[in-house]
Amino acid sequence: MSIWEFANPVRFMRLSGRVLPWITGLALLTLFPALIWGFFFTPDDARQGATVKIIYVHVPTAFLAINVYFMMFVTSLIWLIRRHHVSALAAKAAAPIGAVMTLIALITGAVWGQPMWGTWWVWDPRLTSFLIMFIFYIGYIALWAAIDEPDKAADLSAILCMIGSVFAIVSRYAVNFWSQGLHQGTSVPLLRPGEATQVAAVFWQPLILSIAGFFLLFLALLLVRTRTEIRHRRITALRAREA
Amino acid sequence: MLPDLGKYTLPVLAAYASMFVLIGGLILVSLRNAKKSKATLARLEANRKSK
Repeated sequence: MSIWEFANPVRFMRLSGRVLPWITGLALLTLFPALIWGFFFTPDDARQGATVKIIYVHVPTAFLAINVYFMMFVTSLIWLIRRHHVSALAAKAAAPIGAVMTLIALITGAVWGQPMWGTWWVWDPRLTSFLIMFIFYIGYIALWAAIDEPDKAADLSAILCMIGSVFAIVSRYAVNFWSQGLHQGTSVPLLRPGEATQVAAVFWQPLILSIAGFFLLFLALLLVRTRTEIRHRRITALRAREA
Repeated sequence: MLPDLGKYTLPVLAAYASMFVLIGGLILVSLRNAKKSKATLARLEANRKSK
């Protein structure tokens, strides 16, 4: 069986309808314990005090903000190359989720930055590219809404997504290749086998669980929203036939 | 009930509150749209079959 079979809307609806309750349940079972663990049962950091508890919200949402954009990039590319409608609709469905995750990361970053850095905001490479990525999310959503013809909207928004992906990449790696700026290095590095993270285990374990919870929540929301988009397409087609 | 957050009570609670409000809003909007589209599609399909 090929993965492309799920590009068929009927097959996608059938499969997603089956897995959605499981993913939703798993998301709830992961996210709430992670947040409770992080908020109530982790100690204060020696330097950052209780503000370290913001990590369980800020890092997962920032991680998703970038990776949702990457997912939109891949599905947009699939749309442009293979013309699978489900992939274009999945990108459209993911954009508001990514925008909300980016906004949460920006807000929580600002309220964390103020007591630690003494400022809500600095125009450093990571923060600035993150803000530009948020603007691309909004532009992408607006472009879909502004064009009536669905295929044309999918084409143009896919191209916009490709352009904006530069800022998603920059916001992920800015701290590595720009030495200036206040933002610390990534909290979620790609570790080689045997390599230890720089975050202490007492913070790292609930953080990983929180990232998993937010990711599962994203998956559940993505399925709900993609199913809605597919139904909207069907509604439009039926109304056109009736008219 | 709340852990002692000391002088950082406000920023920590603000971060969590903003997350809950925004995620909650996103979930509500997504579920409302899903319910609405499901009902509309069911009505249109029923109309089509009855013709």
